[in-house]
Amino acid sequence: MSILLTMIPIALVYATPIVIAALGGLYSERSGIVNIALEGIMMVGAFTAAAVTAVLEPSTTWAAYYGIAAGIVAGMIFSLLHAFASVNLKADQVVSGTALNILAGGLTVYLCQIFFDQQRTNAFTTGLAKVSVPGLKGIPFLGPVLFMDVYSTTYAAILLVLLTWFVVYKTPFGLRMRSCGEHPQAAASMGINVLAMRYTGVIISGALAGLAGGAMVLTQDIQYTLGSIHGTGFIALACLIFGKWNPFGVLGAGLFFGFSQALSIYAKDIAFLQKVPLDFFYMLPYVLTVIALVVFSGKSVGPKAAGELYDAGKR
Amino acid sequence: MAYVIEMLDITKTFPGIKANDKVTLQVEQGSIHALLGENGAGKSTLMSILFGLYSPDSGSIKVRGKDVRITNPNIANALGIGMVHQHFKLVHNFTVTENIILGLEPKSGLVIDRKKAAARVREISELYGLKVDPEAKIEDISVGMQQRVEILKMLYRDAEILIFDEPTAVLTPQEIHELMGIMRRLVKEGKTILLITHKLKEIKEAADYCTVLRRGRLIGTVPVAETTEQQMAEMMVGREVSFHVEKAPANPGPTLLTIEHINVRNAKGLLGVKDLSLEVRAGEILGICGIDGNGQTELIRAITGLATVESGKILNKGKDITSLPIKERTGLGLGHIPEDRHKHGLILDFRLDENFVVHSFDHAPFSHAGILDFKAIRSNADRLIAEFDVRCGQGGATPVRSMSGGNQQKAIVAREIDQSPDVLIVAQPTRGLDVGAIEYIHRRLVAERDKGKGILLISLELDEILDVSDRIAVIYGGEIVGMVNAAETNENELGLMMAGSVRKVS
Ligand SMILES: Nc1ncnc2c1ncn2[C@@H]1O[C@H](COP(=O)(O)OP(=O)(O)O)[C@@H](O)[C@H]1O
Ligand SMILES: [Mg+2]
Repeated sequence: MSILLTMIPIALVYATPIVIAALGGLYSERSGIVNIALEGIMMVGAFTAAAVTAVLEPSTTWAAYYGIAAGIVAGMIFSLLHAFASVNLKADQVVSGTALNILAGGLTVYLCQIFFDQQRTNAFTTGLAKVSVPGLKGIPFLGPVLFMDVYSTTYAAILLVLLTWFVVYKTPFGLRMRSCGEHPQAAASMGINVLAMRYTGVIISGALAGLAGGAMVLTQDIQYTLGSIHGTGFIALACLIFGKWNPFGVLGAGLFFGFSQALSIYAKDIAFLQKVPLDFFYMLPYVLTVIALVVFSGKSVGPKAAGELYDAGKR
Repeated sequence: MAYVIEMLDITKTFPGIKANDKVTLQVEQGSIHALLGENGAGKSTLMSILFGLYSPDSGSIKVRGKDVRITNPNIANALGIGMVHQHFKLVHNFTVTENIILGLEPKSGLVIDRKKAAARVREISELYGLKVDPEAKIEDISVGMQQRVEILKMLYRDAEILIFDEPTAVLTPQEIHELMGIMRRLVKEGKTILLITHKLKEIKEAADYCTVLRRGRLIGTVPVAETTEQQMAEMMVGREVSFHVEKAPANPGPTLLTIEHINVRNAKGLLGVKDLSLEVRAGEILGICGIDGNGQTELIRAITGLATVESGKILNKGKDITSLPIKERTGLGLGHIPEDRHKHGLILDFRLDENFVVHSFDHAPFSHAGILDFKAIRSNADRLIAEFDVRCGQGGATPVRSMSGGNQQKAIVAREIDQSPDVLIVAQPTRGLDVGAIEYIHRRLVAERDKGKGILLISLELDEILDVSDRIAVIYGGEIVGMVNAAETNENELGLMMAGSVRKVS
């Protein structure tokens, strides 16, 4: 039990970027654009956040927050490429997303070389600082786990889940966005600008994936390297599918993946898991991702028109 | 009386085809104005122009006497023009209310005011007698109710001019009757209705005026009360048409298709076909009539291999095909004109010439040693297009999705008949088609019969069954409850058997 309690904070740290990036994917796919570029956008966001933080740390204590903000902006700009390719050029969305993923690796390392004369950014010293909630942290049991020494990005992730649920299911914007992902011709016949809606969806996903990348590098790393994101964007995609394109589902799936990663650290302390080789736990999240994609991708629970070219004249 | 809509000299070209060629349409306020024409005549295109989905190459539009440029549906909405599309534009997993308010949502603060929305939907639906369940999901409601949702979408936006694109093609007879009532009620409330159809009966029943198009050109506008169905049909196809199929008495030969005591489960897992036996002989057309949902779909699926048979046997020329894969059944001389042409008949995103060879692409003359012979595939398409009068903009290269429904159907008929199968399963072959095309398809079926093929015709249209078949089987609750000779029965007798109140096996 006590192991479980110590695992929770770690699991939350791992889950945070997964959940945020998956929410980004949710906006994009709900508007009808498949975004497998989450990984690449996270890399760009992580690089930008790490670089800005490392440069500003000597002069301000808010460096990490500037870094996160810069990561968000960079993610938005980078995702514009995907929006342009899939909306204006009507490119295949999977191909466009793959191109972005490949581009992100080369681009970030190239920029590191230019700015820092090495294949990674300079190291930052603190990154994102942990916060505690006064008052709540005194609650026995829950206090230390959920309200003491937690990263603000974790709270941001939870707020974003609630906000996304509200936006997607309660507001006119959400209704219109979902209609574009399900039946764009119907949306257009009701006067909705499908192209603008899809741009919006992709840019929001860029902002969130950029945030996720920043949150990840500033809480789990000491600098940005080519391996900083190591597939988390794809795990986020799997979460989106596991979570059935629903914000709370995404949260649940994200926590599940967070725990499975935390397990790789704590397995050696848990008696009945000690015999299992550690590599198994390192492998676990990725294996689960593959299984999720194989098992669930055939079932069409996702937005119907996501990934399809939009043809206004289609009957 | 003033015209509420005037479309003057409208021309619209698509790649390879003039869909509208200097068409003029003038519509009186408060009337039901029908637009009649064969499939591909350009009716939907003309109405899509009025609704702002396409912009015309030339011509002008006046609404209530004022020149307007309708470049998108929002402008049409603002002018009070609404449209029910031939293929409904509804989001399947949204509720009825969500579909209606989409794009014009009532709000309280930042959120959608669902209570207010549902109340407004209820209010309008009561005013016009359009029964719907505001909370139901679209995927769970009947086609008739989906259409009412489409009508409510227009009324919610205060549309004054309502365009219906072939509204009855997908409806049951009862629903059609209801719809006619709804349209009359709408006109009484001061709306104007533009009705696209090629069912002459409906025009006679409901419309005040009728404008006829043929191959994109205007033929004329006539007052319906003073014109006969025969006259309108001739205007539409440009020649005399007969509503009756000329055919000699059947000369049946040996039995080709034998169905022995089959049981088939339906989508819900219940027995859709129960202990059913039938025989189709060479040189005859066996018609199956019945009310929709009495096992027709399951029967077709069992014979063609789309569904598995629980028990019983299906034989083609004595060979057991009960559990053969579809391709082998086709190879043994079984043709299928499917009920749902989009789902089982065509690959919509392929070209027409490719769709023509979906059965036969893997052998000569269409491929040699695993390589497709596009020259042969193209000349095959040219031949079928000419022989079956399939109208398509770019010949064999036309994407099938862009073709009109009737021409899609003709393409399937062409492909299946051209295979020259001994047994042809024909389901709803003329659904949504105009009289010219219906006449043509019926003649082709009779010609196949006269060549000694066996044809099983499944149709919901009683007229079609009575006209084309030699023998008629009535299906009710998954069982055959009647078997009569077409020449010795009438609508009345069939109707009683279809309702399950009379049994007669002669
Ligand atoms: N979006 C489109 N692209 C290419 N051709 C089209 C398109 N829409 C219609 N057509 C062609 O224009 C002609 C008229 O079609 P349509 O107006 O749908 O006929 P109708 O509604 O009278 O059956 C047909 O030959 C059809 O194939
Ligand atoms: Mg049409």
